[in-house]
Amino acid sequence: MAIAIFLTFVGLVLGLSFYFAAKTKSASGYFAAGGQIHWAVNGIAFAGDYLSAASFLGICGMIATAGYDGFLYSIGYLAGWMVALFVVAEPMKRLGKYTFTDALDAKFNSRGIKLAAAISTLVVSVFYLIPQMVGAGVLVEPLLGIPHYAGVIMVGAIVITIVATAGMTSTTYVQFIKGGMLVVFSTIVCIAVLYRGLSTTPDQGGRVPFHEYKTINASEVKGKLVTEDKSFTVAGGQEVKGAKFVKLSAGGIETWWARYDKDGKITLRETQYSVAKADGAKLVNGLPESKENQPRLYGNLEAIKGKTGPEASTGKVGPFEFLSILGDPETRINRWKTVKFADNGDKVTVYAPNVTPGNKLMRPGLKFKVEGTPVQRLDFLSLMLALFLGTAALPHILIRYYTVPSPACARKSTIVAIAAIGFFYVLTMYMGLGALVNSVVNPLTDNMSAPLLARSFGTFLFAIISAIAFATVLGTVSGLIIAASGAVAHDLMDRYMQIDFTEKQKVRAGKIAAFVVGIIAIILGIIFQGMNVSFLVGLAFAVAASANLPSIIMLLFWKKTTAKGIAASIVTGMVSAIGIIMFSPSIYEKFGLDPATAPIPLDNPGIFSIPLSFLVLVVVSLLTQKKEQAAA
Amino acid sequence: MLHEPAAQSGPDASADYKANIGVWMFLLYAAIYAAFVAINLLRPLWMEKTIMFGLNLAVVYGFGLIAFALVLALIYNHMCGLHEADSKAAEGKN
Repeated sequence: MAIAIFLTFVGLVLGLSFYFAAKTKSASGYFAAGGQIHWAVNGIAFAGDYLSAASFLGICGMIATAGYDGFLYSIGYLAGWMVALFVVAEPMKRLGKYTFTDALDAKFNSRGIKLAAAISTLVVSVFYLIPQMVGAGVLVEPLLGIPHYAGVIMVGAIVITIVATAGMTSTTYVQFIKGGMLVVFSTIVCIAVLYRGLSTTPDQGGRVPFHEYKTINASEVKGKLVTEDKSFTVAGGQEVKGAKFVKLSAGGIETWWARYDKDGKITLRETQYSVAKADGAKLVNGLPESKENQPRLYGNLEAIKGKTGPEASTGKVGPFEFLSILGDPETRINRWKTVKFADNGDKVTVYAPNVTPGNKLMRPGLKFKVEGTPVQRLDFLSLMLALFLGTAALPHILIRYYTVPSPACARKSTIVAIAAIGFFYVLTMYMGLGALVNSVVNPLTDNMSAPLLARSFGTFLFAIISAIAFATVLGTVSGLIIAASGAVAHDLMDRYMQIDFTEKQKVRAGKIAAFVVGIIAIILGIIFQGMNVSFLVGLAFAVAASANLPSIIMLLFWKKTTAKGIAASIVTGMVSAIGIIMFSPSIYEKFGLDPATAPIPLDNPGIFSIPLSFLVLVVVSLLTQKKEQAAA
Repeated sequence: MLHEPAAQSGPDASADYKANIGVWMFLLYAAIYAAFVAINLLRPLWMEKTIMFGLNLAVVYGFGLIAFALVLALIYNHMCGLHEADSKAAEGKN
């Protein structure tokens, strides 16, 4: 049934594209839906554009693994809309035609701005495309049983078809339908979570028996570890950053256990683990890896307000009560941590229980070290700055201001978007925490937490949610590819290179550009498999905020801004943000290098690259005042 | 090829007024957002204190930022709409 619903949805999306393809003949129709979309439809389509894989898959996944820290993305993403509404919406609509470059260049007619802004649009779009494609692969993998790369290629092919047929009109209606359905069905999932309530032995409504992880006592005899349960013998051990792990052997199967020393007593707790053998074989929990033998989903409450066992179950709870219980210091939540080490040539990954009190889960600190070193705190500040300033600088969001008839409609559609997006972000808290307490978090990737939570309520909801999530990716990727193709066909080829295009030729150039960008997105989506999509989007926000926002703001509010100042600011923001990202610990880790050796200790570049971009704009503008006045 | 907007709209007599209140509302929201970030960085333990309905400051402030965004947006839209209507009425009289 899941596959049938999924395929029906994809079929509808493609049908809609072909329907609008027949109507799209002009460049205005292709790049800006003719500027005639109703503001309410555009507002929900905004929500559809914005609530991408990062919001639905990434934020829910991060809340499921890091609690409140994941919700910080929701807060930052939503706050960014205030910049869009109060500062950017109406002026962008008044100044532009099809692209963000049009608006920046409206006062100057500068080739430098056209080139810099078009490249920036391309770069930001590609940065934003990566997490969407990663999300697509993650989603399709369990649904259709195909590998990650095949899922990415499938999404890429469908999106290229959509964009190459109809452009912005079909993208708008796909986003409208998807945005509306996403909010409605996410609400249903949240109501189901509250209705089910909380338990220390979550069994997904009786569908999947709760797995009790074993605990055994041990002691040290003459310096050697010995278990009380004599069916186990100790076969080895490892210590990684203060965490101890013990390898036990029983019946010819070796298993890894987490060791805890407290008050002179030694306790061993069962873990999950995978082993990559030197000969290429892979084991999961001691047995050969297969479709059936994968790490179990995890996450549960060890205690609810200090109570354990059947009497701790709450039955249905209210929305405030749910959060209140989870934030109680006496509530203990079993998150899991991943630890990697080498053991006799084998690469071992252990997923170990990590019990966290509720008061720590429900405040910042588990992922973002707000009580950590100055660098860690600076990284947090940098992220929150980029999220706040990034939204209003995203090309695929900015182009949606050209699909409505007037500046007032641009404003109203932004407010509809804020209402829909804000409501959805409140829901992410319940979906993420719901996944954590219902034992549906995949230790291999947290991105699937929301769809897996839906599956715990039955196949139908899983199929619908997965189809919507897939449409989410399709719609956002379509919007990004249109923004990128507009940058190539309209900004670079038509306006910068001044190729004498007819309307038809320009649309064709846009479609060819869409095809090329789509292929690039597919390749990057395969390379970046496994990274949290919200983290990746956070990086795209930082690049957008650094490259685009300073020039938008200064163009609107500083009369001394010059064309050269804008071009220099865009290039500086883009290069500095990408440079910091490339030498950051996360990227080092992704490419197998030791993150501690990364030359720049920050993951989020915004705190440096955004002010630098502003500064360069001011300095270059002041230095080029006379030249540009003389030229004028 | 011409480079006029995809959809034409006439001159906007309320543009300066809207830009002005937009900036002030942006600064107001930015200040409240900055305070949220500052508390997290300077007094992170405040965030786990229970404030109302059994919810801690982190949840109340976070949800509050989302709700306040919508309230402020609606006020902004109302003020802009009133000014646009007044401007149109004044244009009609002239």
